[in-house]
Amino acid sequence: MPGSKVARPRLDQPFVIGAIDTPFGEVPVIPAALTRADRVGGYKVRWGIGRYTYTVDPGLYALGAPDDRSPVLVSANYKLSFDALRRELVGRDAWILVLDTRGINVWCAAGKGTFGTDELVRRIESAELSFMVSHNIVVVPQLGAPGVNGPAVRRDTRFRVVYGPVRATDLPAFLDAGMRATPEMRRVRFTARDRAVLVPVEAVNELAIAAWVALAGVLLSGIGPGWYSLARALERAPIAVLTAFAALLAGTALAPLALPWLPGRMFSTKGAVAGALTAAAGLGIASLAGLALSPAALAAVALFMVAGASFGTMNFTGTSTYTSLHGVEKEMRVAMPLQIAGAVLATALWIAGGWF
Amino acid sequence: MPELRYLEDVVTLEFDVEKCTGCQFCTWVCPHGVFAMDGNRAKVVDRGACMECGACQINCAFDAIHVQRGTGCAAAIIASWFNGGKVSCGPTGDADSEGACGETPKGSGCC
Repeated sequence: MPGSKVARPRLDQPFVIGAIDTPFGEVPVIPAALTRADRVGGYKVRWGIGRYTYTVDPGLYALGAPDDRSPVLVSANYKLSFDALRRELVGRDAWILVLDTRGINVWCAAGKGTFGTDELVRRIESAELSFMVSHNIVVVPQLGAPGVNGPAVRRDTRFRVVYGPVRATDLPAFLDAGMRATPEMRRVRFTARDRAVLVPVEAVNELAIAAWVALAGVLLSGIGPGWYSLARALERAPIAVLTAFAALLAGTALAPLALPWLPGRMFSTKGAVAGALTAAAGLGIASLAGLALSPAALAAVALFMVAGASFGTMNFTGTSTYTSLHGVEKEMRVAMPLQIAGAVLATALWIAGGWF
Repeated sequence: MPELRYLEDVVTLEFDVEKCTGCQFCTWVCPHGVFAMDGNRAKVVDRGACMECGACQINCAFDAIHVQRGTGCAAAIIASWFNGGKVSCGPTGDADSEGACGETPKGSGCC
């Protein structure tokens, strides 16, 4: 019986503005333009708020007024991905086929395989796509390719995968050129803007580590002559806390933003340099402000910022667009022993600073 | 702006030109221009730029490309030491995921 196995996305989702009636159920209609609510939602997830529940229903959507010759564009059910796609399609008509990636963006989901061949084939069938369009092309974002076996989709359905451009912003040009991507459209970049939008979530991710380090630093600050003094802990605490958060800032904000200009190819090297620069600047300002630190405390602060920022930036490898698994493994074998040694030595120096 | 490039001579990418039929899929899916057409077959033109995403391998219908794919993510590698899983992205607590920090909302354009 027609429609019995068809699961259409819900019509009561806030961005749905209508429905197209088909023998296989109602297809939700969505606009290309984003509303204020869409933009506010996107801003929040950039800070890590509700990131894993920012989803849309998987299935087929109608953008504008598509007919049987309109292109089919495949996306993920992370609303940020879905919105990045539709906002580029102002004035166009298209079918949007949303795969269930459990709220994960296209590239990451492709790496996991949830944006994958099986899910694509299933959705093509459950959306009754062959009834909706007369052509045989599904446009899959290029960054979905790590999960999608294009030749196999052609074998298992009547549809052929055409890989679209890396960036949704290039989609209009790609479609207008008869679904041809220029070499430039096929290259992933990591521009200053790309890096800047990723800084907040990166810093928030590592905030907890910095907070624990700060707490440990405060507790250790009381050790010195007479074993433990609360007054000494309170006196030295501000420097310990500042050091932890300066290392966080250097490793997760300064280094990612300055990435191309920092020396070295390893992220841990770039982070170490950012940490050293931050330490030099911070300690310079502190000395100008008349703050006298003992040599041991001074060395502890500088060393910790280098090691901490190095570790923080190393964790930015996963956020970046160009690191390989075996490269990162090699980097970690070199960098982690040094980072751990640096942190241990910095801790010992900070404790020694209670005496000297 | 200086070019961003990661370590050279570390990736596991292998290409068997004898099996290549010139279908061009690898040149379409690679986000770093590792493959280019050389006559009627593909050729590896920039091996050092490979990030081991595996897009070329899964889209090669002729078994000409092999790469030990994975996520170049230090946090995911650290997480894999503790749970013994493979290195991949994904939110912690996801039943099928051995991931670490979770997915990163990559630059708005890429998805």
